[in-house]
Amino acid sequence: MNLPHHPRIPSALAGIASLLLPAASFAQEAAGPAYQAASKYNLQPPVSEIASQIYDLHTLVLIFCAVIFVAVFSAMFYAIIYHRKSAGHEPAQFHENTTVEIVWTVVPFVILILMAWPATKTVIAMKDTSSPDLTIKATGYQWQWGYDYLKGEGDLKDVADGIAFYSALATSYEERTNVKPKDADYLLDVDNRLVVPVGKKVRILTTANDVLHAWWVPALGVKQDAIPGFIRDTWFKATAVGVYRGVCAELCGKEHGFMPIVVEVKSVEDFRAWAAERQKARTAGAGAAPAPAAAAPAAPAAAAPATPAVAAPVAPAAAAPAADVPARAATSVAARSASGG
Amino acid sequence: MQATHSHPAVHDHHAHAQPTGLMRWITTTNHKDIGTMYLWFSFTMFLVGGILALALRSELFQPGLQLVEPEVFNQLTTMHGVIMVFGAIMPAFVGFANWMIPLQIGAADMAFARMNNWSFWLLPPAALLLVISFFVPGGAAAGGWTLYPPLSVQMGPGMDLAIFALHILGASSIMGSINIVTTILNMRAPGMTLMKMPLFCWTWLITAYLLIAVMPVLAGAITMILTDRHFDTHFFNAAGGGDPVLFQHVFWFFGHPEVYIMILPAFGIVSEIIPAFARKPLFGYTSMVYATSSIAILSFIVWAHHMFTVGMPATAQLFFMYATMLIAVPTGVKVFNWVATMWKGSMTFETPMLFACGFIFVFTMGGFTGLILAITPIDIQLHDTYFVVAHFHYVLVAGSLFALFAGVYYWLPKWTGHMYNETLGKAHFWLSVIFFNITFFVQHFLGLAGMPRRVPDYALQFADFNMISTIGAFGFGITQLLFLYIVVSCIRGGEKAADKPWEGAQGLEWTVPSPAPHHTFETPPVVR
Ligand SMILES: [Cu+2]
Repeated sequence: MNLPHHPRIPSALAGIASLLLPAASFAQEAAGPAYQAASKYNLQPPVSEIASQIYDLHTLVLIFCAVIFVAVFSAMFYAIIYHRKSAGHEPAQFHENTTVEIVWTVVPFVILILMAWPATKTVIAMKDTSSPDLTIKATGYQWQWGYDYLKGEGDLKDVADGIAFYSALATSYEERTNVKPKDADYLLDVDNRLVVPVGKKVRILTTANDVLHAWWVPALGVKQDAIPGFIRDTWFKATAVGVYRGVCAELCGKEHGFMPIVVEVKSVEDFRAWAAERQKARTAGAGAAPAPAAAAPAAPAAAAPATPAVAAPVAPAAAAPAADVPARAATSVAARSASGG
Repeated sequence: MQATHSHPAVHDHHAHAQPTGLMRWITTTNHKDIGTMYLWFSFTMFLVGGILALALRSELFQPGLQLVEPEVFNQLTTMHGVIMVFGAIMPAFVGFANWMIPLQIGAADMAFARMNNWSFWLLPPAALLLVISFFVPGGAAAGGWTLYPPLSVQMGPGMDLAIFALHILGASSIMGSINIVTTILNMRAPGMTLMKMPLFCWTWLITAYLLIAVMPVLAGAITMILTDRHFDTHFFNAAGGGDPVLFQHVFWFFGHPEVYIMILPAFGIVSEIIPAFARKPLFGYTSMVYATSSIAILSFIVWAHHMFTVGMPATAQLFFMYATMLIAVPTGVKVFNWVATMWKGSMTFETPMLFACGFIFVFTMGGFTGLILAITPIDIQLHDTYFVVAHFHYVLVAGSLFALFAGVYYWLPKWTGHMYNETLGKAHFWLSVIFFNITFFVQHFLGLAGMPRRVPDYALQFADFNMISTIGAFGFGITQLLFLYIVVSCIRGGEKAADKPWEGAQGLEWTVPSPAPHHTFETPPVVR
């Protein structure tokens, strides 16, 4: 099943919809790269194998639905037009037909199997988090994300472990309250991006510090709830270098709409360089102020400015939670096995 | 179905003094009075929930924060959901059950008339608790209508009020259901076997069993939230050995059958109306009954499709995906049966028929998006996005609500003794269906492109469709005032309705005068 990623139907709908929108297109003028990258009528362009499969599955099911829809409602509208009293149609009196009833029970069943088959393969692939090249823990806080690069297995063993930082909304309060104009990445920008290598299997462990959150990056085909006290996992392998944006997808309180996720996919070499830079800053920071082991994966404020990739000024929100916050998360996590359900 | 009467069904010779004025309504045990009160109550709550919806749609008209703070926004979404589900849609169907089930099965009243009064009068205090909760410190519950912990444990006293309100509404629903089951099973007129019963009664019988099965489950889940909040029971707190996901399992074990509780009686109403206006018997009556039962049974084994992103094992995801997809089969059978009923009929399109046809068309779109969401990998991408919001409004507004409108127009002549204004009724239909689609169709695009639900603000690429959606919502809301006007003027006057105002209508309710007298079928009719 290899369907094109930009089917014609949505663009036709786009044409119809644009007629309805004379006054409402100001967003397009403000558009920047984020707007270009994002999709408008369909799932975002996939940047992982799983996301592609999801995209194709959706297209497949949509086509099945469209065909059935047209068939059923052609019949209904034919009847509405021709079998009306004002057209002089006399009512028939039939009210059952065993053959027809068996057919329209069995045929949908067969169609369902045609849909379930590829879906099953994708489900099994999505759940296979084994043998990652890099493992990162994403912790949901009210209201930002914390990332810890864990000591892992595979290709990128020892490259990034120990790197830890917070990632909070970088959109200013003035933009949100309409005091300043909104930039192109409005609500989709963070101070510290999650940096990962392209073409490598990245396993994300999710947990939360307070309430439920969900770690969601549409282009990577990943959405996993972050549950306080439990660890869940998911994975992706990005197929292209770039910046991919997502949001928290589980209601987590008043700032739920303001905790985006930004994943920057770099080439493996660039990733190694970034990690080395981060590690250097980290050891320098640790040397200056030796910290107890439990608080080690912290110090975002010290690490952030040293790295070009995250050159954005560290927002107060990220700097404020002191080094003890990840430690607090760790103690409240009555960590259970990730594979459990 | 033919009914014979040994003497007129009307009995005006009762000597006992009827209380009048307010006392009549407070003390009434008459199924028609109680049905009327249920319908007015649910319409009132529909307006309250609608105002909340318009408030939140206003905030979403443009990106940025304009009207309400984010915490107030969350209260609006939460209470819109709670009020529409428990205050508007469910009581409206109970109102129909009260009015129509005794008339359709030839019973004099509901089985437990006094309990019937009590199950109605529980509703206003519960509604009051919900409305008052906006004014307590911290405001109303803001954790979403699903009340997921730990967020719902963080809330202020507004959450406690919501929990008490849900307990009261649940008790009312259980009493109502017991009443309906008992009435249908014991009080059918002689000769009316179960398989001769109108489909509205069938769908309500099945719905009532669902309610009795799952409302106590909801009561248990929210009681556990209550004790977690106040008595440190830690059912849903990992630090105390609990599990937040446990709540989701229990909630959706209630919540999925609840979805069918809100749509099965709608299927029943539509199955009454289509044959009446096609002047042709319902196609596949037996398969309709079996399809309804299958949907009800399947509804107990699909709950976790609401939670595919919690991280359950692949086998569980596959089981719940297959079970959910299976529901498409009986649902498809119903749609095919309705179309086959229309096929080669002699149709006219008065307002009830318009709403019934609109129901089939738009509800089926909601069914298809339901099928899309059943596919686990797609659901993981679309879970908690506006695609889901669009999906459930297609089945709940264009489904349940349109069927309710269809039913009101169909039986209004029987209730009031007057014909409603047909021109205005048709205008109500067309405006509703157009504004509904303006509001919700674009939300599919928003969800696909990545807009999460329950957010007060959004990225700029979602601006156009949110603006369209808000415009549609205001159009839809204002259109419902037209409905209020049509109903009120129909009550106050209008062309006198015949006992059977619809040429092709079938059923015992059309054998009694219009308006239906206070007491009907004191001597049961005989059904042949
Ligand atoms: Cu969150």
